[in-house]
Amino acid sequence: MMPEPAFFVIMVAKIIVVFGLMVLSVAYLTWLERKVLGHIQVRLGPMRVGPHGLLQPFADVLKLMFKEDIVPQAADRVLYFLAPTLALIASFISFAVIPFGDRVRLFGRSIDLVITDVNIGLLFVFGVASLGIYGIVLGGWASNNKYALLGGLRSAAQMISYELSLGLSVVGVLMLSRSLSLVEIVNAQSQAWFIVLQPIGFLIFLICAVAETNRAPFDLPEAETELVAGFHVEYSSIKFAMYFMAEYANMITVSAMATTLFLGGWRGPFLPPVVWFLGKLFLFIFLFIWLRATLPRFRYDQLMRFGWKFLLPVALANIMITAAFVALR
Amino acid sequence: MEWLVFGPLAAVALATAVSVIVLRNPIYCALSLVGTFFALSGLYLLLQAQFIAVVQVIVYAGAIMVLFLFVIMLLDVGHEPPPWLRQDTPRLVLGIGLVTLLLLELAVAIGSWVSHGIRGSYTSDLVNAVGNTQLVGRLLFTDFLIPFEITSFILLIAIVGAMVLAKR
Repeated sequence: MMPEPAFFVIMVAKIIVVFGLMVLSVAYLTWLERKVLGHIQVRLGPMRVGPHGLLQPFADVLKLMFKEDIVPQAADRVLYFLAPTLALIASFISFAVIPFGDRVRLFGRSIDLVITDVNIGLLFVFGVASLGIYGIVLGGWASNNKYALLGGLRSAAQMISYELSLGLSVVGVLMLSRSLSLVEIVNAQSQAWFIVLQPIGFLIFLICAVAETNRAPFDLPEAETELVAGFHVEYSSIKFAMYFMAEYANMITVSAMATTLFLGGWRGPFLPPVVWFLGKLFLFIFLFIWLRATLPRFRYDQLMRFGWKFLLPVALANIMITAAFVALR
Repeated sequence: MEWLVFGPLAAVALATAVSVIVLRNPIYCALSLVGTFFALSGLYLLLQAQFIAVVQVIVYAGAIMVLFLFVIMLLDVGHEPPPWLRQDTPRLVLGIGLVTLLLLELAVAIGSWVSHGIRGSYTSDLVNAVGNTQLVGRLLFTDFLIPFEITSFILLIAIVGAMVLAKR
């Protein structure tokens, strides 16, 4: 059975729109981060390029594209090229299963505002996220630099450790929604957002999400004071930009996941669903930047102890309690 | 239609599986294995087993192979020739013998295979109706409860064992 041609047209249109918006938001996230950090530190942030520095991202992109691309002599060339690409792909692809709005009617057809609704959506996101590690580990190794290697290894250890708690923190949500499809999870929150029913799960998810995206206070993979810049020390020009884009795209994806799983996705009164979705997403992104401006970096042993001896047991306890409630209901 | 997807996936699976043992750099071997896992995961998708497909990626490609890479990178076991290039007659004879046996077995298996269509009570229609993950979960906690629990015990023992060895 072949689907009708309109299906392909709609699909391609959705992919192009979502991808384009992602790229644009990534560019403007760099601007937002510098602006917010600036104002928190009583500075103005970028002001020169365009009004309030609004054209700064384009200037940055141009600069990065035309800079000399330096490859270390003893680097493993294939993997050195492959690693940033992997990081970028992994950070962009999970948005395919995240619903960003209700079903709308357009030109006489009903269109779901999600690229594809798969019945294992949540697991898909986790699977893709776990691949992001390769971009970082391989980049660190292929650069043939000991600081880069240390940064890559740290990040692998950190991401694997926090992925466990991240996965466990959403089990409560799964028990309540009885589905792995993100569309179904949003639908299950029509009565109450899961942040109300799963406050502990939400907090654990949020902490692990910050750690997964390697953002402060969990930015050990690129701890400037110890590792120069971490896994991307040797990267320059557009490859460096790709790592940067991957980090910001990951921030968007993780914020979208938090919105979908705990804040009811696109659900909300009065305003159109897409606006609600973007608004909630923005809240999380602002929180990310705010955290970076506020908190100092963890030490490596603190990070590991916190992940394994605090987050993991609490996440497990949360599952037990939720299971008891679901069973008794 | 199915062949269009199956063909490339099977080719990738075979090619990457061969390069796991043929390539010289252990890092590339490990990455080839990751490629194999991906191709296999695609094959699972073709069989309507979405849950297994994703778990394959999460567990093997996402966790286990990362740890493999970890070890290879730290040991820096770069540049010795792969075992199949070393002159080692007894092993060569043994290897050729085993491969011949395996090929014979495969030939017999394929020769005697007759297609009966889809059998068993869990058809892909049923799986899609109930939900892939839901069905796997239900079976694990009913029909296969005891093997499931035993497996988790074995894994627990392995973890404790690893801890004990590491602390020595």
